[in-house]
Amino acid sequence: MALDGPKTAYKYIGTTPDRPDGLDKVTGRARYGADINVPGMLHGAVVRSPHAHARILKIDATKALAMEGVKAVVTRADFPDGLDGEDWNLQENCMAGEKALYDGHAVAAVAATSPLIARDAAKAIVVDYEPLPHVTDVDAAMAEGAPVIRDGAADFSVPEGMHPNVVRYFESGRGELEKGFAEADLVIEKSFTTEAAHQGYIEPQACLGQMGADGRGEMWVTTQGHWFVRRMSAAILGTEATGLRVTPSEIGGGFGGKTTVFIEPLSLALSRKAGGKPVKMVMTRGEVLRATGPTASASMDVKMGITKDGRITAASGTFRMQGGAFPGAPVDVTTMLAFGNYDIEHVHQVGYDVLANRPKQAAYRAPGAPMAAFATESVLDELCRKLGLDPIDTRLKNAAREGTRATFGPKYGPIGLVETLEAAKAHANYHAPLGPNQGRGVASGYWMNHGGETSASVAISEDGTVTVSIGTPDIGGSRASMALMAAEAFGVAYENVRVNISDTGALGVNEPTHGSRATFASGLATIRAAEDCITKLCKRAADKWGIDAEAVTWEDGCAKPSGPNAGEFPPMPIAEIAAEMGETGGPISGHFEDTPAGFSGSFGTHVVDVEVDPETGRTTILRYLVVQDAGKAIHPAYVEGQFQGGAVQGIGWTLNEEYIYGQDGRLQNAGFLDYRVPVASDLPMIDTVIVEVPNPGHPYGVRGVGETGITPPLPAIANAVREATGKRITDLPLRPSRVLAAIRDKGD
Amino acid sequence: MAEVHLWSGLRSLADGQEVVEVEGQTVGQVLDGLVAAHPGLEPAIKRGVSVAVDGQVVPGNRTHPVAPDSEVFLLQKLAGG
Repeated sequence: MALDGPKTAYKYIGTTPDRPDGLDKVTGRARYGADINVPGMLHGAVVRSPHAHARILKIDATKALAMEGVKAVVTRADFPDGLDGEDWNLQENCMAGEKALYDGHAVAAVAATSPLIARDAAKAIVVDYEPLPHVTDVDAAMAEGAPVIRDGAADFSVPEGMHPNVVRYFESGRGELEKGFAEADLVIEKSFTTEAAHQGYIEPQACLGQMGADGRGEMWVTTQGHWFVRRMSAAILGTEATGLRVTPSEIGGGFGGKTTVFIEPLSLALSRKAGGKPVKMVMTRGEVLRATGPTASASMDVKMGITKDGRITAASGTFRMQGGAFPGAPVDVTTMLAFGNYDIEHVHQVGYDVLANRPKQAAYRAPGAPMAAFATESVLDELCRKLGLDPIDTRLKNAAREGTRATFGPKYGPIGLVETLEAAKAHANYHAPLGPNQGRGVASGYWMNHGGETSASVAISEDGTVTVSIGTPDIGGSRASMALMAAEAFGVAYENVRVNISDTGALGVNEPTHGSRATFASGLATIRAAEDCITKLCKRAADKWGIDAEAVTWEDGCAKPSGPNAGEFPPMPIAEIAAEMGETGGPISGHFEDTPAGFSGSFGTHVVDVEVDPETGRTTILRYLVVQDAGKAIHPAYVEGQFQGGAVQGIGWTLNEEYIYGQDGRLQNAGFLDYRVPVASDLPMIDTVIVEVPNPGHPYGVRGVGETGITPPLPAIANAVREATGKRITDLPLRPSRVLAAIRDKGD
Repeated sequence: MAEVHLWSGLRSLADGQEVVEVEGQTVGQVLDGLVAAHPGLEPAIKRGVSVAVDGQVVPGNRTHPVAPDSEVFLLQKLAGG
C-alpha cells in the first residue's frame, strides 16, 4: 500500500467545521483548572514577600497552625536540597530559600479546610525580613554598583569584568560591519526599550494536587504541558516522575505562561504534609501578575545602513533583557531573529541576559522576537521614510527567500515572506485613504517554530469510528485540527473522529503546546499513527480476501484490492473491518513517537492604520491587516483566530500594557483595572489573509502559526504613530501621556 | 568530515575557529566530536543547543543523520510560547 508522497487535494483539510469541544465550552460544561472538587479536599494559600529583595530571617507559623481547620504549612525546609541548574531555579522560584527575590515571591504556603481559613492562616504566618537594596530596571541592573541578586549565577559565556547580574552573553554575526556601513547611503542608529508584558490569559493558574508519603500522587491542572508539570514537580519535590500522574484540565489561555510551574509543587508538598489529602490551589489575578512569569523587558541599540535604492548593507544590534531574578530572558532568540527577515551580508548581534528583582519570566508567544522586531523594524521604517522608499517594496528587495542564508547561519528552505509582502501590498487596506492625524505602519516578523517530543495513538472503535489520543492540550482548537487530519488520512467523516487529550499515564512523553508546534507535531503524529492503523486495516482485509497485504490499498475509508493480480472484491469499509476485529486479530490501533524535525518557520506582514488624538495622545486602531504564511491551513477559521489573537496581544503590548514598579520595587498595577489589556471595544475587526507556502516537512504542508502574529504589531503600530504624529517614539508602551509628550516636544 | 559553524560567542571556546571539521554520521556523533576536539565547548553543548543540518533545524535529536558534505550550524536552543 502506498501512503507517502506530497498531498495536493483534500476532502476535509481546509474546511471549517464546528470545534468538537465548542458545545461544552459555550454551555459551561467544560471543566477548567478550578472546576474540580473532591471529597476531603483542602484549600491552599500562599504567603508572598512584600519586599523586592529581602533576607528571610525567620518564619513563624505557630499561630497559623493553631487555627481550627489548618492542616499543613510548608516552607522551603519541606523541599529537598541539592538541586542545581534550572531545577534549582524552579524550586527557588516556587518557594524562596534564604532570600525573597521579588515582590510576590512565595515564602510559605498553608492548607486548610476552606479557602477563607487558608487565606486567614496565611496572614497569621509571621515572616521576619531584612530588606536589601533592589533593582528592577535592566540597564540599572547592569550598572556598576547595582545590587547583586545572586553572586555566581553567571555561566561560561559571560566575559570577565561584567556585573554579576549579567548571567548569560550571546554574540553572533558574519561579514564586516564597517565595510557594510561604509557602503550605505544612510545609516540610522537608535535606542529602544520595551516593558515586561503579561500573557494575560483569562484563566488564572489552578490545580488540585494529591501526594502521599510514598511520593505517589495525582494532579489536575490547567497547563500547556502536563509532562512538564510532572517532570518539574518531581524534580522540585525529589520524587520520581512516574509516581505522579497529571491530567490536564481545559485551558483558558496560556500563550507560553503555562509551560512551567508555580503553585503546582506547593499543592503536592502541602498534600504530602497533610497526610495525602488533596489540596486545591487557585491564584488570584493579583498573584498571577505579581508571581507568575511575564515576558522580559528590554533595552536595545540598533544600527542599520541602506543604499538610496533600498538595499540593506549592514545591521547590528545590542539587546539587554531582564527576565527576573533568574537566568532565562529570551535574549538568545532575540539576537538570532532580530534581522531574520532579511538577506544581509554584514550583520552582528550581541545579547545580555540580566537578573533583576522581578518575577521569573516565562515564555510569552514568540518569546524574545517582538522586542527585537520593534527595534529593527522601526529603524528600517525610519530609513525608508528618510529616503522616500515604499516600506513594502523595500522589504521585498531585502526579503529572505528559499536559499537565502539566514542572519543566524543556515539557509532557509521554502518560506513565505515574499508572498506575505505581495499579498499585503495588494490588499485594499494598504491603499485606503488616510485623514488628518492618521498614519499607516508596516512591519514583518518571523518565528522559527518547534518540533519537540511527541507521541500519539489512534484506535478504531467497534463501529469503525476513530479515537485519537494526543498529549498537547487543546489551547486553540487543536481537537478540531487533529480530527480533520485524521479524517483526511482515514477518509472518514470529521464527525466520526473523537480527539482526546491524554494524561501522562496514557501516552509517551509529550512536550507542551509551545513553539507553535501542536498542529505541526501532534498533527504529524496523528497522521503517521493513522497510517500505521491503516496498514493494519489493510492487512485484515487482505487476510479475509486471501491476498497479499501489499495488494490492498486504502481509499475513502475503505480497503480495496489494487493491482492486476489482486482479484475482484468490493471495497471493505472501515466499519466492516472494525465489526470483525475481535475475530480477525484483536483490537486495531496505530502509534507514532518522534522528536520530529521538518518544522518550518512562519513569516507574517502586518499593515495598521491609526489615528492619534493630538489633544490627548490616545491612539485608536482604525484598520489592521495580518498576512501570514500557514503552510497549509488545516482549519482556516482557527488559523485566522491565531492571527487575530497575536495581533491583539501585540496591540496591547504596544499601546497600554506594562509592568509598573514603584521606587520600593513593588508592582503598582497588579490587576486588570490598572494593567490595561485591549478589550473588544478598543479594536476594529482584524483583517486576515492566509498565505500558503507548503512546508515540505509535514505530510499536509503545515507550519505552526501561533506565535508569529505577535511579532510585527509592536513596530507596525509604532511606525503608524510615527506617520500620524511625525515623531519616532522608541519606548513602549505608547501610552497617551508618552505620545502627547512626544507631540508637544519640539524636537524630531 | 562535516563542517560545523559556530556562532561567534562560541568561537573563543574553539581556538577562535568559525568552522570546525568534525567526523560523525549523526548529530550526536558530531556534537561528541566537537567536544572531543574542543573541550571548552562542553558547557555550551551541555546547556543545550539546536543544530541545523543542511538548513533543517533538529533540536534535541541526536540521531538525525549528517552526511560528509553536510553544512551544520550550532544555534541557541529554542522552543517558544
